[in-house]
Amino acid sequence: MIVLYRIDDRLIHGQVVVGWGQRLGIGFIVLVSDEVRASDWEQDICRMGVPPSIEIVFASVAEAAARLPEWERDRRNGIVLTGDVDTMVTLARAMPGRRSINLGGIHAREGRTERLRYVFLSPDEAAKLQALAADGVEVSAQDVPTARPVPIAELG
Amino acid sequence: MSEKLSGVIVAHTELAEALLAAVRAIVGDDTGLVAVSNRGSGLKELVGRLDEAVAGRPALLFTDMAGGSCAHTAAALARARPELRVVTGVNLAMLLDFVFHRELPLEAAAERAVQTGRTSVGIVAR
Repeated sequence: MIVLYRIDDRLIHGQVVVGWGQRLGIGFIVLVSDEVRASDWEQDICRMGVPPSIEIVFASVAEAAARLPEWERDRRNGIVLTGDVDTMVTLARAMPGRRSINLGGIHAREGRTERLRYVFLSPDEAAKLQALAADGVEVSAQDVPTARPVPIAELG
Repeated sequence: MSEKLSGVIVAHTELAEALLAAVRAIVGDDTGLVAVSNRGSGLKELVGRLDEAVAGRPALLFTDMAGGSCAHTAAALARARPELRVVTGVNLAMLLDFVFHRELPLEAAAERAVQTGRTSVGIVAR
């Protein structure tokens, strides 16, 4: 099953593989990105340093929306990872009943303001996440498992 | 004589600056090295920061961990740039040796860095 839905613009990296992966006993990671799905060399870079015990699945947004139920039924624990808010919102809408979404790393960019050290959001991104929360999805920021989850309501 | 190689250390939080400070403490300020942190940046922002640090020179990019965002960024930048090579698992011994071998061709310098770094890791004899 999917034990973590995470938005992180560093994609597959130390915090995901080691920080969360070790703690949650991860067997697979799904990286949802049209850009990476279409690029062999970016996939090679993403695989670098990931232990062979963890399967990496590269999916386009459309593929991911279709395969979410299959991954939820998987016996292994898995992480679904997107690099941006819009992709995660699309997935959440494709599969009602999602329990929670983790904001793991969304960094400074033009148009965004700082909400936490590792979470910067544009007004549009914040509104989309708040709308999900209003629909009952638990949206919170938490970079590593030992940190306190900060609910979206506290991120202004 | 061709231009000496530069070195860019790119690592998590304060690690790159700390390694550079240690190198300077040992050999002085003429190191050919600069430090870049991944602090507060996504991949795309970090690529820009690293590109700026490289400044178009031939360089070795010393990254701390394969699979981390620093190594990811360095690999992405170096992909289309034949004058850059990426080394993972940076350590102090590797950097100190690099400072004195910056005249080497890029590939030889990268291989030497990996060899020196590996040789410096071990169990101290009792």
